[in-house]
Amino acid sequence: MDDIILEMRGITKTFPGVKALDNVSFKVREGEIHALVGENGAGKSTLMKVLSGVYPAGTYEGEIHYDGEVRRFSTIAESEELGIIIIHQELALVPLLSIAENIFLGNEVASNGVIHWPQTFARTQELLKKVGLNESPATLITDIGVGKQQLVEIAKALSKKVRLLILDEPTASLNENDSDALLKLLMEFRNQGMTSIIISHKLNEIKKVADQITILRDGGTVETLDCHKEDVGEDRIIKGMVGRALEDRYPPREPKIGDTLLEVKNWNVFHQQHRDRQFLHDVSFKVRAGEVVGIAGLMGAGRTETAMSIFGRSWGHKITGEVTMRGQPVDVSTIPRAIKAGLAYVTEDRKQLGLVLINNIMHNTTLSNLGAVSANGVIDERKEAKVASDYRSKLRIRSHSIYQEAVNLSGGNQQKVVLSKWLFTNPEVLILDEPTRGIDIGAKYEIYTIINQLAAEGKGILMISSEMPELLGTCDRIYVMNEGRIVAELSKEEASQESIMRAIMRSGEKH
Amino acid sequence: MVADTSTHTTKPSIGDYLKNNIREYGLLVALVIIMLFFQFVTNGVLFKPVNITNLVLQNSFIVIMALGMLLIIVAGHIDLSVGSIVAFIGAASAIMLVKWGLPAFVVIPACLVVGGIMGAAQGYWVAYQKIPAFIVTLAGMLVFRGLTYVVLGGRPIGPFPKEFQILSTGFVPDFLYFLNPSPDVIKNMVALVAVLLLVGYAIYAGLRNRRINEQHGTDNEPFVFFATQMAVIAVVALFIGFQLATYRGLPNVLVVMGVLIALYTFITTRSTVGRRVYAMGGNEKAAKLSGINTERLTFYAFVNMGVLAALAGMIITARLNSATPKAGVGFELDVIAACFIGGASASGGVGKITGAVIGAFIMGVMNNGMSIMGIGIDYQQLIKGLVLLAAVFFDVYNKNKGKG
Repeated sequence: MDDIILEMRGITKTFPGVKALDNVSFKVREGEIHALVGENGAGKSTLMKVLSGVYPAGTYEGEIHYDGEVRRFSTIAESEELGIIIIHQELALVPLLSIAENIFLGNEVASNGVIHWPQTFARTQELLKKVGLNESPATLITDIGVGKQQLVEIAKALSKKVRLLILDEPTASLNENDSDALLKLLMEFRNQGMTSIIISHKLNEIKKVADQITILRDGGTVETLDCHKEDVGEDRIIKGMVGRALEDRYPPREPKIGDTLLEVKNWNVFHQQHRDRQFLHDVSFKVRAGEVVGIAGLMGAGRTETAMSIFGRSWGHKITGEVTMRGQPVDVSTIPRAIKAGLAYVTEDRKQLGLVLINNIMHNTTLSNLGAVSANGVIDERKEAKVASDYRSKLRIRSHSIYQEAVNLSGGNQQKVVLSKWLFTNPEVLILDEPTRGIDIGAKYEIYTIINQLAAEGKGILMISSEMPELLGTCDRIYVMNEGRIVAELSKEEASQESIMRAIMRSGEKH
Repeated sequence: MVADTSTHTTKPSIGDYLKNNIREYGLLVALVIIMLFFQFVTNGVLFKPVNITNLVLQNSFIVIMALGMLLIIVAGHIDLSVGSIVAFIGAASAIMLVKWGLPAFVVIPACLVVGGIMGAAQGYWVAYQKIPAFIVTLAGMLVFRGLTYVVLGGRPIGPFPKEFQILSTGFVPDFLYFLNPSPDVIKNMVALVAVLLLVGYAIYAGLRNRRINEQHGTDNEPFVFFATQMAVIAVVALFIGFQLATYRGLPNVLVVMGVLIALYTFITTRSTVGRRVYAMGGNEKAAKLSGINTERLTFYAFVNMGVLAALAGMIITARLNSATPKAGVGFELDVIAACFIGGASASGGVGKITGAVIGAFIMGVMNNGMSIMGIGIDYQQLIKGLVLLAAVFFDVYNKNKGKG
């Protein structure tokens, strides 16, 4: 059992402005299930991308030893050749092709370019049996659930003679039963001698299956725990994930909390695509003036969906519930109405949903409130330039002018442009969805400072974040969401990473 | 992702500036070269007063439709139906004027309304039912063409009353004749005065703009470029104006076209509606989440296109003095090509009115020049196709080079 199949030594990977991995070491024994844990942004996915050749050799420092030899993969194909297969969180399946076609996509059972269908189906049948999926190879991917799709991905990996299977958050979008089935399958593979690396936030699952656990934090290796030598509890893992001083990463603030601004009651929303599935159940919360309120939860808990469904029904359907502002019911049924009611929603996906990347800073800044810089539908260019310049200096957007295209800005500066846009609508309550995602530490600090200023001006802030330390460092109150429900409300004093995690897990057991 | 260039304040050199703006200057230079080329190979026929007048009359409707098409393309859509709308409006105007005997001042606005309705009928499906514009307007193209045959009963209708024909064959009367210094050379003083005023205003506005930019610390184009550009435009405009003045003066159509170009330039560069169209074409989801009613905007872009196509349809019908079921076949392609030659992006969010207009004139001069040379319609199409491809390749090439 002590043969090392994979060893990564001193891996350092930098992106412009950010050190994503800093001298990471990682050892995996043959035939084990090795869990890789850490907060969002700790570097787990980056490490796996280095391993699989998504980031080719030469773009990182350090060495990869696999199967006793130093390897320098420059493409994914090269690592796959040696049996290293990675299954990403976002499944790479073509929805309108069949299971069989997907499994052999790019690797077709064919001679001279002509596909041999009977053989394809026979081999698919075999693979599906191995992963315990009882579906016809001709079924389209779009007709099966996410859990089964995950199994198809694994079958696809098996078809490529996998030796080291890497699963990135395989159970994030699965329900309990599907998750259990998947984990059982992994254990079965282990008994057959296959090695797997599993990245997951679900510590209870990790505890169940892992032989060893490596914890990453801030791009570095913290420790590797051997589950067979010591009793590794969730608290032990969480401690390793957290263990850092929180103090000076967040600017200090004296909260002055006033009246209730936004209040949402019994918010029920059905899923946008799966229209008969209720996605949010009786969500109720409130945000007061000068208060920073957090919403914690795992991916898929329904936080973004809550925000977007409130903000002009931009997500979901069959939406019911009540929204009040300063105690008065308000109409938020379209985005212009929601803006008029005093809401602003800063999206988690600034490139796709937040910015018009090919437009300049000025045009992006005024987009939501063009009326304020125009008269009778004619834009006053000087006024507009002044507004954009003011926000540029106020939020310290680093660019050579307000005429620079948004696409050429760094992540932090792009985020500030999105913030400018919404501040210019003069909202009472700002909903910030992952406001610091993908931006470096310095820019994060500036964003927190802006949040503090806004709260000091008496605005209500609702902050959605997957980074728990960030919520703990900035919020006065934290709601915890799981599976479309608010499962806990924690005051600043009660809130800790442990208490949030516990609230999530307890609720998971209940439903 | 491009690294943060933070605070480099060095002034771009003239070479850099040329490289970054090669598209816009390139287009103007291309037009001038094409004009000079045809002037040369046609032994000077191209710039003869009568031919310049023809050039304007023949291409006005392409330019007018390109204005609407540019908005559609910037919004991220396409409209294949304009050629059929042109034909249908021709038929409708013929029925109203010739068969029913209605006066032109009733028929012209009525036709514009009908065009708007035809645009709305397509805009509804694109904007609110989210059916791709390509499909909706392909259907529209067939439906409206079919309707034209139905309305005309398969036969051409004409001729049209005089007051309708003025729309495209009339000239602005010479009410400034008393200023004319040499009536032997200059037949129409208004044309000359109008061109002089326009050139004067263009230079004044350009200089004023530069001054405002300077006050606000915005980058101006190097003065050499500004001056050259102004000089080229002034020379070309004055030359054309003079030539027109020695013939019959300003065609009415030219005036209509000029007013519309100015109007749409204003809309696209200065109005909130224009800004929103660009934002929507650049990133529809972000625009929607910013509170822009993207459905309504798309809908009105198609209504606008319908109205402009109707205007073009009447101009063509008046010019041919007959409404035929085959009118306007293939126009949509010339119009769309004009926009793309003019630098519009097929993925939306990018494009300028001036680009589309120059694009339309490049197509027009080529059509006209090749016809004078006696090149058959077969080779004309072939050459136009290659020019379109070359222009777009030029764009793509520049963009990729920029990425480094």
